[in-house]
Amino acid sequence: MLPEIGHFSLILSLFFAAALSIVPILGYVKKHKVLMAYSVPLTHVTSILVLLSFIVLAYSFVTDDFSILYVSQHSNSLLPTPFKFSAVWGGHEGSLLLWVLILCGWASSVAYKGKTLPQDIRALVLATLGLVTTGFLSFLLFTSSPFIRLLPDTPVEGADLNPLLQDIGLIIHPPMLYMGYVGFSVAFAFAIAALISGNLNSSWARWARPWTSVSWAFLTLGIGLGSWWAYYELGWGGWWFWDPVENASFMPWLAGTALIHSLAVTEKRGVFKSWTVLLAIFTFSLSLLGTFLVRSGVLTSVHAFAADPTRGVFILALLFLFVGGSLILYAMRAADVKSEVSFGVTGREAGLLLNNIVLVTLALTVLIGTLSPLIYKALDIATISVGAPYFNFVFSLIGLPLMIIMAVGPLLRWNRTKLDTLIKQLLLPLVLAAVLTGITLIWQKFEWITLVSLFVAYWVLLLTLIDWMAKLGSSSSEWWAKARKLPRNYYGMLIAHLGMAVSLVGILFVSVQSQEEMVRMSQNDSVTLSGYEFVFKGVSKVQGPNYVSDMATISIFEEGRQIATLYPEKRIYKARTQMMTEASIDAGLFRDLYISLGEQLEGDTWGLRVHVKPFVRWIWLGGILMTFGGLLSALDKRYRKVAGARI
Amino acid sequence: MSKKMRKVALFLPFLTFALLAGVFFSQLGKDTQYMPSALIGQPVPDFSLVSLKSNELVSKEALGNEGYLINFWGTWCPACSFEHDYLMKLASDGINIVGIDYKDETQEAIKWLQEKGDPYSVVLLDELGNFGVDMGVTGAPETFVVNAMGVITYRHQGIVNEEVWQTMKGYLK
Repeated sequence: MLPEIGHFSLILSLFFAAALSIVPILGYVKKHKVLMAYSVPLTHVTSILVLLSFIVLAYSFVTDDFSILYVSQHSNSLLPTPFKFSAVWGGHEGSLLLWVLILCGWASSVAYKGKTLPQDIRALVLATLGLVTTGFLSFLLFTSSPFIRLLPDTPVEGADLNPLLQDIGLIIHPPMLYMGYVGFSVAFAFAIAALISGNLNSSWARWARPWTSVSWAFLTLGIGLGSWWAYYELGWGGWWFWDPVENASFMPWLAGTALIHSLAVTEKRGVFKSWTVLLAIFTFSLSLLGTFLVRSGVLTSVHAFAADPTRGVFILALLFLFVGGSLILYAMRAADVKSEVSFGVTGREAGLLLNNIVLVTLALTVLIGTLSPLIYKALDIATISVGAPYFNFVFSLIGLPLMIIMAVGPLLRWNRTKLDTLIKQLLLPLVLAAVLTGITLIWQKFEWITLVSLFVAYWVLLLTLIDWMAKLGSSSSEWWAKARKLPRNYYGMLIAHLGMAVSLVGILFVSVQSQEEMVRMSQNDSVTLSGYEFVFKGVSKVQGPNYVSDMATISIFEEGRQIATLYPEKRIYKARTQMMTEASIDAGLFRDLYISLGEQLEGDTWGLRVHVKPFVRWIWLGGILMTFGGLLSALDKRYRKVAGARI
Repeated sequence: MSKKMRKVALFLPFLTFALLAGVFFSQLGKDTQYMPSALIGQPVPDFSLVSLKSNELVSKEALGNEGYLINFWGTWCPACSFEHDYLMKLASDGINIVGIDYKDETQEAIKWLQEKGDPYSVVLLDELGNFGVDMGVTGAPETFVVNAMGVITYRHQGIVNEEVWQTMKGYLK
């Protein structure tokens, strides 16, 4: 009975969402205030119904209701309860429900927070979000309902959640990721509202900014979590694979980063108006494209959900409707937009333009790399696959210039910067950075590429520091008061930029300085890597809740002193008889010791893979900083005040 | 830019997208299994893996100068079981097949070969799947054709059968 309630609630929500996408538009056309005002309650009702249906599904998982096909495919009575809950989004149907739930959550937040928006804009924004919700709800109901029952032949036991997904990282990774790329729908909706109303001044950019920053922060966190999960769970120490599905989340991130910056220029200076609208559409389109690629089976990927051509056609139709529709709208309306303000080549506008060009180029590079196998195949030229070398090449080429733009950009003034002042500002940090690099060099030897990057990272750090200090002025007495007065937006930017530099340092060190070795070991054998001695103490059998495991014990010594003991495992999950390697990691700020257990070769001899990974934590530390920066800048007081002052 | 030009230019994003959507549509429901790797035209990556039968380390130099197949398989993979009979037939036709026992249990693998027959000239253990990563393997079974020069000429994801073999054998030359 309960699952039927969940299903019914979902069907009802489709009707409300459909009403949401029609009624406010009618109100807008007829200039009818009441009809426009309906957008708010319609949004909330839709959200509550979707939430209800999500709760029902989650409850069915936690109570092991295997009469539901989806539950029986993705859960098992032996599964620990937190994993039963996260199994809700362990497959296509449930994760799509989560997707829609999050979309509704965003729409409701806009409805709630948007009291200060002009009424017509709010109606148009909510109607746009309603249309997207309608599209995805019908996709969910018509092709992938999670509430299909197995009656009367109810299985007594479920097939279990894929062991790869039985992990804390995977409980939170998809929701964060969806928060991010579904959140870009808000900026998209504001852009559409601006296009429809023809009100393409800088105000839409101000309204869209905090939403975009928050979405971007979540997306950053989601991508970071995914990379962290892959690192410790997949068992071979990699942290990014350029897999089509990873790319699907990375493209909106790159475009979203560009969008954050171009929104800032549009708001403050009224330039790039038409470009910013296009970028908002582009960013959300990339999010939708990601959803399409993952769920249609057009590309092979380790992450892909079971492919189903009907689903593919449906979601392609949605993609065409939303992206195609908005691009046509753009083409018809953007011609009327004129940028009144001009700017000089040394101004901050120019710097941000450069930032946008670089980021969009990167996004397109990933897009082309991801799609080229498809395009080549469609044109029947050849079948190719683009691997890590292509992406690594492009990113190492563009990465450093991007860092430099990032460091210098904030120092530029709007419109025009005096070059001699700028050079003075740049010079001292440049010298200091060189000195710091020199000092680091005494401590450790590097390849030249690491050296250059380290130098740039130091430079970024110092420039950021100097910019901050310049803002505080010279008087030391009011230092604290002044520091507190600087807007959150500014601190958000500082922190996010620092995060970027921190991640870059991590990426470089890991790629260049990592050591790994594959070894055969019997009891008390030892191997030395990067000054660490690993001693193999043997393997024992361990019984887990839904698996049995071989667990090795390895003691690690540095200069004769024991610093850690690691327990890498090889698990066999009972329900699926699937084998999993559980790496064991001694994490540290400056290096990770990483061991995965291989095969039993003969007797008590085992194969092991031992890694020493310097600075790997910095990749995710930077991600956390960026997330924090994004959230902080969205909390800037200005957004509330200015929004309140309008109307 | 004249006003008219600008108007046309504004339609470019839509046109690009429409083109892309056409490509997507044409590819829906197609067999994504046929997707050779970036390694095509490249020599086999260097490796050093333990042999199942002799328990010695084998590197690629030991695989000889004749064309051969590299077949990734595992006892955990049901599709490999279907493929096995056809591999037996190929082996009896004198095709040199190098088996990579991919992410698998050694004991199970020995049992499997005893029960079902052994089509492989040599079976190498890739228990962690590292060689699989080097080769860009996404699952099992997966088969690579290596020609007499030691260069990878073809990749097939999924089961090798009579039909697939007709395409594949041309690449062995």
